[in-house]
Amino acid sequence: MDPYALKTVNAERRARRAVILVTDLGDGRDRIVREGDQVAGELGAAIAKAFRSGNSASVEAEGRTFFLNAYLPQPRLVVIGAVHISQALAPMARIAGYPVEIVDPRTAFATADRFPDVALHAEWPEDILKRQPLDSYTALAAVTHDPKIDDFALKAALDANCFYVGALGSRKTHAKRVERLLALGATADQIARIHAPIGLDIGAASPAEIAVAVLAQAIQAFRSRGHESKDAVA
Amino acid sequence: MDNSIYLDEARDPLIIAEGWMKDGKDVAIATVVETWGSAPRPVGSHLVIDADGNFHGSVSGGCVEGAVVTEAVDVIDSGKAKMLEFGVADETAWQVGLSCGGRIKVYVERLG
Repeated sequence: MDPYALKTVNAERRARRAVILVTDLGDGRDRIVREGDQVAGELGAAIAKAFRSGNSASVEAEGRTFFLNAYLPQPRLVVIGAVHISQALAPMARIAGYPVEIVDPRTAFATADRFPDVALHAEWPEDILKRQPLDSYTALAAVTHDPKIDDFALKAALDANCFYVGALGSRKTHAKRVERLLALGATADQIARIHAPIGLDIGAASPAEIAVAVLAQAIQAFRSRGHESKDAVA
Repeated sequence: MDNSIYLDEARDPLIIAEGWMKDGKDVAIATVVETWGSAPRPVGSHLVIDADGNFHGSVSGGCVEGAVVTEAVDVIDSGKAKMLEFGVADETAWQVGLSCGGRIKVYVERLG
């Protein structure tokens, strides 16, 4: 392995950016491919597949054998709102491989007692997201029902190209939200990426059932990255 | 959000390898490049080894690491990469085979 390749792979992983290290198993040469880089032919198709699935693999292309090692950031779920749904969502998502962080400035909601073993930020999304920005390997679910808390985070999630953006609320609530997000400068295409009402339509009734619907929808979004509209790639 | 939750630098083989490199050590990197049947570690997993045989990470559940480390020290000496194969079909299965019955291919290369 080239020392420069190793340094680059580590730097990209620290920055939560996806890279693939392509090694020619015949002569040992390697090169870094970043998400969005254009690679032609069979090798390019295999690279695109590896970015989507996160699975590393050996591939035959152009008469050679290449090993594609995919280093994808761990997907995570940021939940705006330390509410009843979030209490069920946090442990479920963690088990499914999506660690959760919860943001809610209302200190009565965001307590360690209600959320044991969860990364909890009892502050405004404006503050925490400035210090620790969202990225395209993050899902964001806004579930406070309070525009003062949800709106900024939703706009930030759209700008960061989060792989999933969901917002709790009826269609009527969402229609008003759309107006507010437009006023904040979000484009109609961006707003169309918001899943609202939130969650897969499984007829969820209880907070825990809604959590299942949200988690399933976030997983679906993660596993179909690159299959949605091209404009989703910023 | 806090990235240290997502990347455990103290145990991450590639971060350790970079640290060794900065300390001027010779390093080999072993990577699982193919698996068949039940394999304890997925394709892409790393074991990193220095010239003294110190290692971090894993390419199996501890079944074949000893053999990989021995080969890696050779690879550091020669600079020539090696492809190793382990599994029940292998002659050495009973010494360093995978008890789970799977087969794995491990690519061992020198850093730099």
